[in-house]
Amino acid sequence: MKKAGARLYTFLMFLFLYAPILVLIVFSFNDTDTGSRSVWGGFSLRWYQKLFEDRLILEALCNTLLIAVIAAVGSTILGTMAAIGIRSMKRIPRRIMMNVTNFPMVNPEIVTGVSLMLLFVFAVRLLGGRSLGMGSLIAAHITFCLPYVILSVLPKLRQMNPNLYEAAQDLGCPPVKAFFKVVLPEILPGIVTGMIMAFTLSIDDFVISYFTSGTTQTLPIYIYSMTRKRVSPEINALSTVLFGAVMVLLLIVNIRQKKEKPSWEKKEEETL
Amino acid sequence: MKQCFTLGFTLLFVFFCGVSVSAKETAAPDRGVTINVYNWGEYIANGTEGSLDVNAEFTRRTGIQVNYTTFDSNESLYSKLAGGGADYDVIIPSEYMVSKLIEEGMLSKLNFENIPNFQYIDEPFRNPNYDPDNLYSVPYTWGVVGVFYNTDYVESVDSWADLWNEDYAGKILMFDNPRDAFAIAQFRLGCSLNTTEESQWREAASLLKEQRPLVQAYVMDQIFDKMESGEAWIAPYYSGDAAILVDNHENIRFAIPKEGTNYFVDAACIPITSSHQREAEEYINFLCDPEIAGANMDYVGYSTPETAAKAYLSPEVAQSPLHYPTEEVLARTEAFVNLPESTSKLVDSLWAEVKMGGPGESFVLVAIILCFFGVYVSIIVYKRNKRKREMK
Repeated sequence: MKKAGARLYTFLMFLFLYAPILVLIVFSFNDTDTGSRSVWGGFSLRWYQKLFEDRLILEALCNTLLIAVIAAVGSTILGTMAAIGIRSMKRIPRRIMMNVTNFPMVNPEIVTGVSLMLLFVFAVRLLGGRSLGMGSLIAAHITFCLPYVILSVLPKLRQMNPNLYEAAQDLGCPPVKAFFKVVLPEILPGIVTGMIMAFTLSIDDFVISYFTSGTTQTLPIYIYSMTRKRVSPEINALSTVLFGAVMVLLLIVNIRQKKEKPSWEKKEEETL
Repeated sequence: MKQCFTLGFTLLFVFFCGVSVSAKETAAPDRGVTINVYNWGEYIANGTEGSLDVNAEFTRRTGIQVNYTTFDSNESLYSKLAGGGADYDVIIPSEYMVSKLIEEGMLSKLNFENIPNFQYIDEPFRNPNYDPDNLYSVPYTWGVVGVFYNTDYVESVDSWADLWNEDYAGKILMFDNPRDAFAIAQFRLGCSLNTTEESQWREAASLLKEQRPLVQAYVMDQIFDKMESGEAWIAPYYSGDAAILVDNHENIRFAIPKEGTNYFVDAACIPITSSHQREAEEYINFLCDPEIAGANMDYVGYSTPETAAKAYLSPEVAQSPLHYPTEEVLARTEAFVNLPESTSKLVDSLWAEVKMGGPGESFVLVAIILCFFGVYVSIIVYKRNKRKREMK
C-alpha cells in the first residue's frame, strides 16, 4: 500500500515536470497553418524547416551561444582562481569573501540587471561609446555565473589533500607547474561542472540580458518579443532542438562521471 | 571527450554563422554603416516561406547593414529608450507611444526630402491625431479592432453589446490590456477613447464590471487557441493578427461593430539619439517603397497605408473587408493618443478593480489563504503533541 502510494507520488511528480515539455515537443510537429496549440492537424516537419530558414532566430541563437561560451570560459577561469584564493585565506576573511560572492545569487535578478545596466551606461558614456551591446552582455553574464563556478570548485579544493601541492614543490616542481600537474587534475570535475552550469545559466538568462543587451538580441529576448502575436510553433521546434541538445550534454556528463570516479574516492576505496 | 565537445560546438557555430551570412548576390558596396532597427516581434517579412527578406534586400541595395532587433510591447520599447543603454536608429512604436515620445522630446524630426516615397502614403494616414503636423512619423502598418465569432454558436455580430450577451456567458473573451478593453466599453457609451473626463472612465469601468461574470478569460494571444478549439465563441481582436483564423476556419467570421471601432497605426520614427539619421531615413524610405511594402505586408498580414502597394498583394487580401474596411467603417474609427499622467493612473486603478472583481472575491481569496494557514498550524501542533506523548 505504502509502496503504491510512493510510486503514484513519483509518477505524479514526473508528470508535472515533464508533461509541459512533452506537449511542446508533440506540438512542434503539428501540421496546421495557424500553428495551433490545441488542434492536431497531422505530422509535419514544416516548423523545423521554417526555423532553419529564419535568419533572425538563427542570429539570436548564434549570439546566445557565443555569449554563453565566452561567459562560461571566462567565469570558469576567474571563478577557479577566486576559489583557490578563497581556499587559502584565513577563516574570517574567507567567511566574509564567501558571503560577498554568494550575495549575487540570492539577490533578485532584476536588481542585478538594473544595477548592471546603470553601471554599464555610466561606463559607456564615460568612455565615449554610444550603446551597450555584446561587450556589456558578456560582462554581465560572467558576473552572474561567477558565484556558481566558485561554489562548485570550492568543495573539490576542500576534498583535496593540501599536502599534495607542497609535496610536489618539495620534489622540485615550480609553483605554476605544480598547480597544473597536481591541483588542476584533482579539481577538474568541479571545474567542468561549474562550466556547464555557467553555460546553461547564460543560455537561458532573460532578465539580466534584457537590461544589459543594448542593441544586441539574444534568443530569450527574441522569443519574449514574439509574445505579442503568439509564440510561433517555430519556437516549439527550437525548444525541442535545445532540449535534445541539453539532454545529450547531460548524458555525456553523467557517463563521464561514472567512468572516471574522482581520485580521492578511489583512494578511499584502496585504504578500505 | 572534451575535444569532442569543442569540435561539436565549433561545427554548430560555423553552421549557424554560415547560415546567417549567405545570399549576397550583386550587392551594393558596403558603406561601413550599421543601423539599429527596433520593431515589434514577427513584424517583418524575413525570407521564410518564400517571402522577401526585407532587411537583406535593403542591405543589398544600399550597402547599409541592419542590426534588427525586436520588442514585445510599447512599454518595453519606452523603457529601453529611456534607460539610455541603447542606440536605435529606427523604431516602430504604436500611435499612442508616438505621441508620448513626441511630448517628451525623444524623437527627431524627419527630413522628408530623404523620404520621397512618403508620397505613396494615403491621405487618411497623413497628419494623424498622434502626430498632428506629421513631422516625426511615417505609418508602417495599420489595422482595426473587430469581433471574431464562431458561427456554430453565434449567429451574427453587429454591435459591441454582443460581448455582453448572456446567452454566451462563459464563452466570451476580452482583451487583457486596459486601453483596448476600455475602448470597447467607451464605444458602447459613445464617448471618446481619449477622454480626460473621470466620470466617463468610471462609467466605462462599471460597464466592464457588469460584463465580468460573463467573461471566460482576459487574454491576448490565447484567443487563437480558444477560438480554434471552440472553447470560446466570441472575442475581440486586431484584424491583422487574427486574419489567419478566418482564412483557415470556415466557421469563424470577423465583424466590425456598428458603434465604431479603434484603429491603430504602427509608425516608423527616429529617436533623437540616433547617430545615423540619413541612413535611417533611407531605411524608412525603403519600407515605403510600394513594392517592398506590398511584399512585406503580404507576409506580415497587416494592412498597408499605401494604395499603390496593394498591387503587390494577393487580390483576395487587397479586397478583403477584414484587411481593408470600407471608408464608411473607417469614418467611425478613432485612434489612441497618449493620456495625461493623472488619467492613465486612473485607468490603471480602474482596470485593476475590473479584473479583481468586487470585494467579495478577495474575501474568498483571504479565506482560502487562512484555511491553508490553519491546516499548516494544526499539523505543527499535532506533530508537537505527538512528539511530547512519545517523549513521555
